[in-house]
Amino acid sequence: MNAEEIKSDLVKNIPGLELQSEGESLIVPKEKLLQVACFLKENEKYRMDYVSCVTGVDYLGKGYLESVNHLYSMEKKQGPVVLKVRVPRDNPRLPSLVPLYRGAEYQERESYDLLGIVYEGHPDLRRILMWDEFEGHPLRKDFVQEDQDIR
Amino acid sequence: MAVEEGLKSELQKQGVFVTTMNDLYNWGRRSSIWPLQFGLACCAIEMIATACAKYDIARFGAELFRPSPRQADLMIVAGTVTKKMAPMVVRLYNQMPEPKYVISMGACAISGGPFRDGYNVLKGIDRYIPVDVHIPGCPPRPEALLDGLIKLQKKIDGQKFGGMDGYQAEKKCEYPVPEYGKKGLEPTYNKETFMPRMDWPEKNTKENLRMPQYKPVPPTPKPPATP
Amino acid sequence: MSESALHPVETQLLEVSIGPQHPSTHGVFRMNVVLDGETIVKLKPVMGYLHRNHEQLAENMSYLGSMPYTDRLDYICSMTNNFAYALAVEKLSGIDVPERAQYIRVLMAELTRLVNHTLLIGFLLNDLGAFFTPVLYAFREREKILDLFEAVAGSRMMCNYFRFGGVKADLPAGAMDKVKEIVNNYPRFLDEFERLLTGNEILRSRCQNVGILSKELAVNASITGPMLRAAGVNYDIRKVDKYGIYDRFEFKVPLGNVGDVYDRYYVRILEMRETIKILHQILKQMPEKGEIISAKGATAAKSPRMWKPSAGDAYGRIEAPKGELGFYLVSDGSPKPYRYHVRPPSFINLTILEDMCLGRKVADAIIILGSVDIVLGEVDR
Repeated sequence: MNAEEIKSDLVKNIPGLELQSEGESLIVPKEKLLQVACFLKENEKYRMDYVSCVTGVDYLGKGYLESVNHLYSMEKKQGPVVLKVRVPRDNPRLPSLVPLYRGAEYQERESYDLLGIVYEGHPDLRRILMWDEFEGHPLRKDFVQEDQDIR
Repeated sequence: MAVEEGLKSELQKQGVFVTTMNDLYNWGRRSSIWPLQFGLACCAIEMIATACAKYDIARFGAELFRPSPRQADLMIVAGTVTKKMAPMVVRLYNQMPEPKYVISMGACAISGGPFRDGYNVLKGIDRYIPVDVHIPGCPPRPEALLDGLIKLQKKIDGQKFGGMDGYQAEKKCEYPVPEYGKKGLEPTYNKETFMPRMDWPEKNTKENLRMPQYKPVPPTPKPPATP
Repeated sequence: MSESALHPVETQLLEVSIGPQHPSTHGVFRMNVVLDGETIVKLKPVMGYLHRNHEQLAENMSYLGSMPYTDRLDYICSMTNNFAYALAVEKLSGIDVPERAQYIRVLMAELTRLVNHTLLIGFLLNDLGAFFTPVLYAFREREKILDLFEAVAGSRMMCNYFRFGGVKADLPAGAMDKVKEIVNNYPRFLDEFERLLTGNEILRSRCQNVGILSKELAVNASITGPMLRAAGVNYDIRKVDKYGIYDRFEFKVPLGNVGDVYDRYYVRILEMRETIKILHQILKQMPEKGEIISAKGATAAKSPRMWKPSAGDAYGRIEAPKGELGFYLVSDGSPKPYRYHVRPPSFINLTILEDMCLGRKVADAIIILGSVDIVLGEVDR
């Protein structure tokens, strides 16, 4: 599954879409994410019905957070299609994939808990691994831990 | 007062066994320790393997793992204690009836282990509750857990009871339960059970969080060479 | 609460927290259930009690330095975790693996699969109430395989055996005889287990039609592993991606038809029999001598703190005994990973726990959790 081939198919079928490709992955603007995922899920050639990995990366030097999705197809046994969405660090909001893929539910909650990316449309967005009163997002590059040994 | 060995063996030949009340009481208690069924992480699997057929723990009397803390007298903290889990561990310890003992199994329960430098890992369970035996290893072999249990049994053998007031007087019944704070637990450690080392720097900054700069310890003077 | 001839009896819902310390939650896992009598109305899992910040630790260490930490993810199957991580790094940096090392890797992965499925059946029956006898049988078999792991890798559980481009050390003399012995005796143990369990009335009445999972929901909720195959979907990453040398072996993929707890138990027994077939083929095909680590891998292993892979990202996944275990690595050309993420199968298989348990009793919830096969080191990382 070539990234260039997927890019040309997507640009042909979704009006107003501008994509870049970086290596084997496609960088999708956040407004069109649901449309792109819906197309890849329903289209007969792709049938990407299984989201394998939803995670986030913090690029402190470049000033954005990136949410990465790996999609596979269980029906046609092909894949992966890698979709990346970039959001600014001070306002990281992007649409959630949970209405399409139920499997993204816990992974998006973990990405919110550890990195602070807010997924709009998620049914239950709260901390999953840290306790509720915790402040801060631990996997960000500028997070400072507490010191347990102050006398 | 102890009984003389010669007299003991003479009486044994006649079928009379002589001992002190303390020894008998301790023998009964240490040969039937019931652990609490409480495994946190990987060390729990080695604990279960110790209870299984190859490294039988039943021959030491500890086969009956109780699910409820009210019926147990030994808590084997096996695995990493995280800050999220620490209040539960202290609460369980408070619910156990006296006399109670704690074995800290594995590197993670002793001091945080390989996961020490983390935002969610408690650097050892002895920050909040008193620990009797530490068993190093990652994970310790089942034989090591049995060795630790035997050491605990020896410790119990040496305990003296001089009336119910003096029994285990150095330990308290209940320890305060920490609460979830903004970045960690409050308080970070309990002053009665734990004190940080005196040669650590006053404040751990981000740079030296991983490799703290110890103040150099002056070398011990060598004794003069004998001619 | 009023009671009169015109109005029915009013009741209240009861909220109970099962865990984190509970004999049958397989670790420190907590379920907040809301009960109406004994029937479950709502169930919310709470995790994070074993969150050991594995991903943050890996960002401060070299690539090879994280290999012992991957052992502690799914602590029952440490060899397959190492395999998935080695595969991801080899994809990132283009290291190849020699022939004999490939066979050794598949041998270790399949033996780990036997260990995991045996332990799962032991613990599932523990949850059903057969206190500890099946666990004794399961651990007896596990000890035989762990003796082999100790001879090969030096440690019973946390093996740290795989390296990028091969494995750490060659098999000692006599290891292949021990493997032959295990493989010849295992079918007898499986027959003994099946004779006691598969037709057992108590097992059937408690496990059949309990916790049914439909195909569409399973695919949509990203379920993988034996749970997915018990629901009837034919997706096994060993056949789809053909990583390692799995395309040289002939084995079938067992599928269930109903998707209940009994199917999940039986699919695992059939998978163990297929694994024994693969082990027989390995014993026939494995070359006697060969390199155990490739040249590029040897340079990476010699100076791990200075080895730099090329910049980019890679996602490597394998069919672990519990599901699809994947590692997503982002590298910026320095010796430490920029981002290291683990895609754990147990964590994602818990998504539909509530759906399977609604309307059933508390005792059913315990065995449904047992059949999902979670291990907390992986759920919380």
